[in-house]
Amino acid sequence: MNHIYTKRALSVLIICAFLSLPYGSSGEAPPKPGEGVTILSPVKPDNGPQVYPEDEKSNLPVFTMDYPRIQIPFEITLWMLLASFAKIGFHVYHKITIWVPESCLLITIGLIVGGIMHSVKEEPPAVLTSNVFFLYMLPPIVLDSGYFMPARPFFENIGTVLWFAVVGTLWNSIGIGMSLFAICQIEAFDVQDINLQENLLFAAIISAVDPVAVLNVFEQASVNEQLYIAIFGECLFNDAITVVLYSMFSFVAEMPVVDPVDVFLGVSRFFVVGLGGMGFGILFGFVAAFTTRFTSKVREIEPLFIFMYSYLAYLVAELFAISSIMAIVCCALTMKNYVEENVSQRSCTTIRHVVKMLGSISETLIFFFLGVVTITTEHEWNWGYILFTLLFAFLWRGLGVLLLTQIINPFRTIPFNMKDQFGLAYGGLRGAVSFALAFTLPDHIGRKQLFVTATIAVILFTVFLQGISIQPLIEFINVRRTNRNVDTINVEIHSRLMEHTMEGIEDLCGQWSHFYWKDKFMKFNNRILRRIFIRDRRAESSIVALYKKLELQNAMEILDTVPGDISAAPSLVSLQDEKKESPKPKKIYMAEDLKNMHNILSKNMYKIRQRTVAFTSKHALPNDSQPREILIRRHASIRRSLRPGILQSTMVPKSQKYFSLPAAQNLGSKYPSVRLSYADDHETMSDVAYPTRRSRFSHPKRSSSGAMMPLHRLGTLKEVPSTDVLNESEGEGGSKDCSTPIDPLLHFSGWL
Amino acid sequence: MGSSSSRLSNIPNGQELMQETGFSDAHLLRLYERFQFLDKDNKGHLRSEDFEAVRELSKNPIGDRIVEAFFLPGQETVDFPSFVRVLAHFRPKEKNRTREGAQQEPEPANSRNQKLKFAFRLYDRDRDGKISRVELLQVLREMLGMQVTEEQLQSIAERAIQEADLDKDDTISFDEFRKISFHADPHRNRTGEARACLLEGKQT
Repeated sequence: MNHIYTKRALSVLIICAFLSLPYGSSGEAPPKPGEGVTILSPVKPDNGPQVYPEDEKSNLPVFTMDYPRIQIPFEITLWMLLASFAKIGFHVYHKITIWVPESCLLITIGLIVGGIMHSVKEEPPAVLTSNVFFLYMLPPIVLDSGYFMPARPFFENIGTVLWFAVVGTLWNSIGIGMSLFAICQIEAFDVQDINLQENLLFAAIISAVDPVAVLNVFEQASVNEQLYIAIFGECLFNDAITVVLYSMFSFVAEMPVVDPVDVFLGVSRFFVVGLGGMGFGILFGFVAAFTTRFTSKVREIEPLFIFMYSYLAYLVAELFAISSIMAIVCCALTMKNYVEENVSQRSCTTIRHVVKMLGSISETLIFFFLGVVTITTEHEWNWGYILFTLLFAFLWRGLGVLLLTQIINPFRTIPFNMKDQFGLAYGGLRGAVSFALAFTLPDHIGRKQLFVTATIAVILFTVFLQGISIQPLIEFINVRRTNRNVDTINVEIHSRLMEHTMEGIEDLCGQWSHFYWKDKFMKFNNRILRRIFIRDRRAESSIVALYKKLELQNAMEILDTVPGDISAAPSLVSLQDEKKESPKPKKIYMAEDLKNMHNILSKNMYKIRQRTVAFTSKHALPNDSQPREILIRRHASIRRSLRPGILQSTMVPKSQKYFSLPAAQNLGSKYPSVRLSYADDHETMSDVAYPTRRSRFSHPKRSSSGAMMPLHRLGTLKEVPSTDVLNESEGEGGSKDCSTPIDPLLHFSGWL
Repeated sequence: MGSSSSRLSNIPNGQELMQETGFSDAHLLRLYERFQFLDKDNKGHLRSEDFEAVRELSKNPIGDRIVEAFFLPGQETVDFPSFVRVLAHFRPKEKNRTREGAQQEPEPANSRNQKLKFAFRLYDRDRDGKISRVELLQVLREMLGMQVTEEQLQSIAERAIQEADLDKDDTISFDEFRKISFHADPHRNRTGEARACLLEGKQT
């Protein structure tokens, strides 16, 4: 079946590619709106009834075509579709995506399409102007990264992150710039006309590690949390320094002489940029949180506020030429805690989903266009300069990481060992941000084309070579991996216990560390901030209310459990084979509950900050813990009803018995109808199942993949309105009568 | 650091304690000062009331367990050596510091095993060497408070025992407890090390 899909996908892809060619031909009109080109151009071919002087009567045109009118949105849509088809196409072949990160594949497709266009002598749509990039394409990605940033590890490591971001980027820029300038002095390379300022400017462009590329690659290589946060944080926050360096050097590049005053001004500008970015972000975050306090009556547009405020933060920061990436990241971080408590569950899901979607689309488009524009721009190639650029980029990053970790390791609780450092150095991919910055280089720089070419070369090199090789390398040198699988409940309990113990011991000893300050902040947060921003401030009651809402929602989800995989049918067969080995299903069964318990414990412990999911897969929603919490409650009540003698292992054979029932019965007919009503909830679930499925392919763990289908559809549970909290007990009671007990079990096992 | 008048010589058995627990003299001094601070009536030992006087500790959900862990079974007072010995569990592992005296034979107090033993003692209040379901439930109840229903607590405790209990005696022995913790990401124990850094002198 896979082959059919592959063929189909590929053929659709090719058709789309060719379809877009003629439409790409009118490349003058920038296809993004807001570029200032009005569509109502005087050129209107054959539009509407035209009166020909020869004819006495004009015929009513039955069929007209007005292309320029829709040209821009049409082209945008087509490009997006093309890129998305490419994405679909990759995932048909699982093996590719393991070895090659998506960014590489997308660039390759872009290169191919660019090659086609070039050979047909078409111009690409001028989409990737830097304006379009910075204003439309970059914000969604950064919002995505910022919104799902695991807050707690981030704040614990914030010193390291800022250290690497600021000092590391500075080190890189100056180092690369200086050494390139030294190279320029060598006559053989014919680049003597590039002066120091220009070199520094170029170095500033290419020294910034790019969030898009890095996260794309790193999310597959499941490195340990510290490393991940360090590099994640670094690439988000080095924007501050990049902005400063870029503006400073481009300003300075025009002047023959550099005053010390300018350096001092540069430093102060850095503080303005960095702190200003953060300040704006936090400000907008607070405003957004405050707004959502009052949106209980307008639930449908709640997600809108999130996006509008984040985007506003970004734009306002751009207005003042301060670090917009930092602004939007801080806005998302600030906003998230309060907003997610204020909005309804559906809005929360919508927000997360849309953020992910927009981020994914932007990322896809960026890489795609990177490939296309690579072919279609004019290049100026200079072997010496470019090769040395590559060399220095690599060299200085390695040196920088080495040096900086030596300095900061004593301050860290978990020092970076050599392997981590290698991961940090090797994972410094450059990406589209550098590219866009290269395009915005002022034209008075004589060698602008060379810089553009060099930037593209560096990007392609890092993304392809480093991106592809980083995962095998990391496995080879055995960097500390993360334990992405859900820990056992015992570990969770134990961790919480130890945290409480630590707090107690700390209080006992009367000594304060940074945990104390965090504690203080949390108290401040609870006392003041939450009162302002959250509608229903009493923590307990809001949790209880949320649980009730979730339980209701979960009751609906139990009805519609299958993520619609038709390919799950073979999995039933495989399950029947596995029936013989009872420990394994038992483990699967428990692992799901573990997640639930994990989340309950996480959410309910005193004084301990909620642990967000440590890692989120780039291409899936984070583990939406709340529905699973409900599952466990359902489960508990169900198990109560089955308690006598049916615990642990005996439960599982019972479920297996169900598997052996003729599966084909209720599958076909009931699915479409049920799925329509619970489409949005169900989609979330299938996305949640995705990351674990992905990791399964890399770890040769044998377990039943694919979804299990509940063999017994419930028609009796009606959709309960989510606001009706009183129905909780009724919902539970009602479901006990049906053969629900088994379904959640299947449900659980299916979500692995 | 050396602002107080008490010196290392004032601390009874200071040298032996340093060797046994691995604290440096600065640490030991600080702990001694703290001990004296807690010991309001200058009795020379601590009673449970002194512990409860620490306000934050009394707010801690498992505060009383922590306090209990200081008291050896049967005793009602904690003298300074016992105090220090318990706190020695939280010292971060030094890398290659060699110390004179017995380092290898009795396990250093801050080894992973000792830490786990200490944690085990927090669960196992009646010190019978096993964590029973009841004890686990108690711990969960204390930590989770009133926010989770009884049935959820039951099923969580049940699940925990199911996972850990390999010999099917419905309790978790220390070995089983250790096995679980070994499966954990080693970074999980970093909370111990992070907090212990405060004993290293990163005091505000």
